[in-house]
Amino acid sequence: MIKILKYSFFDLIRSRWSLIYFSFYFLLAFVLLFLNNDISKAIITMMNVIIILGPLIGIVFGIMYYYNSSEFTELLLAQPIKRRSIFLGQFLGLAFSLSLSLVLGLGIPFIFYGLFRSEEILNFAALLWIGFILTFIFSGIAFYIALANQNRIKGFGMAILFWLFMAVIYDGVFLLLLVWFREYPLDNFALISSVLNPIDLSRIMILLKLDISSLMGYTGAVFKNFFASGSGLLASYLILLAWAFVPVLAIVLKAKRKDF
Amino acid sequence: MIKIERLNKKFGKLEVLKDLSLEIRKGSINAILGPNGSGKTTLIKCLLGMVIPDNGSIKINGSEVKDQWKYRDEIDYMPQIANFPSNLKVKEIISMLKDIRNREARDAELIEYFELTPYLNKQLSYLSGGTKQKVNIVLAFMFDNPLLILDEPTNGLDPVALIKLKELIAKEIKLGKTILFTTHIIRLVEELAEDIVFLLEGKIYYQGPVSGLIDKHKELDLEHTIATIFSKHVKEEVS
Repeated sequence: MIKILKYSFFDLIRSRWSLIYFSFYFLLAFVLLFLNNDISKAIITMMNVIIILGPLIGIVFGIMYYYNSSEFTELLLAQPIKRRSIFLGQFLGLAFSLSLSLVLGLGIPFIFYGLFRSEEILNFAALLWIGFILTFIFSGIAFYIALANQNRIKGFGMAILFWLFMAVIYDGVFLLLLVWFREYPLDNFALISSVLNPIDLSRIMILLKLDISSLMGYTGAVFKNFFASGSGLLASYLILLAWAFVPVLAIVLKAKRKDF
Repeated sequence: MIKIERLNKKFGKLEVLKDLSLEIRKGSINAILGPNGSGKTTLIKCLLGMVIPDNGSIKINGSEVKDQWKYRDEIDYMPQIANFPSNLKVKEIISMLKDIRNREARDAELIEYFELTPYLNKQLSYLSGGTKQKVNIVLAFMFDNPLLILDEPTNGLDPVALIKLKELIAKEIKLGKTILFTTHIIRLVEELAEDIVFLLEGKIYYQGPVSGLIDKHKELDLEHTIATIFSKHVKEEVS
């Protein structure tokens, strides 16, 4: 697996798209920091961008990479190597190369600005961690969708729909339900449904870390109670990690039975 | 060398291989022929473990291949379409496969033979189709394994490279390797193959020496024989 990962990674970091993705974060972070002059605000803005863009790029690149390399994958399948190693290697190569663009693209401007002299360094680390794990989750899901669909158009469509659902529709439905059932106590429902969507969960974790939950009213207080408690924080980290393992498991199971 | 017994494979409702049994002797040169969709590629992919048969058994050198992967270390495979990660260099793709197999290879010799040295530091996306196919050949032949499986090996080669490939295969034959190849080019069959495995609709229509098939149909040569079988088969399907 490590061998496949290594070569996939080298292939991908040299691609034009990695450079474009890196430059995007790099420029955005520079502009935000030097126009705003406020590291904490820059982190919040970057969070809003990463939470939507990270999953989208993960999904789109995952699908494209899988379908693009499908003929080479056939050559690999004929080598003395387990199927699992091939697909996990390719997937990790992709997730790491995207994460590298993210870490360097954000890291360089923030370090230039003086991140190490500010108190926001832990918040910045949380931002990178969230970006990394979202990339990981969504590129994994893209790999699974591609494995499950021979038809490229269908695979691509499903992947985009999945992203749209998680990033946009989920919140809409969530909000509608809150309005419909406003007569009832909804704290726990709100908590559980936010925790089940990795994008929402990441957003909340960062908001709470930045301590601006007081802006969110009563529900914010409930959330803060939950997440600030040791077990709540642990639970949400575990759920995010579980989200990262679901696609890995799905890829392994799907690859085992598939005909190429 | 290879023993296949009662192999079945369906893709949805489409039955691609129907109760197919086949034995390939060690050291024999076999051309797998058949019209499009007769199951040639599926058969090869079953041997390599890329397609999982519904039932039946495949044994290579006496051991069952199902759910196994180490047996592939004894097989060289050349796929039909050569497409490689576009940002890797030629020498990197070669070292990648050497890394995976974790053993020495005769890549230097083959690179020289196919005159690929000027391309070693080029990225694969910049290569022409024919050059990619040459890289494909190097990757397939460099491990010097006793069993060679070639899927349409002559695709996209220029005449010079084609002659070189044929000479290379002829050398491998002399070394006593077992070779399986598919092709639509009858001359290649006549020049190289000893035996023919003729597939029709997922079953073996004929297996045996090239001359046997011609005699069976009382035709002049292999080309006419195959044309007769193809057209007869189409008529049956229409009626």
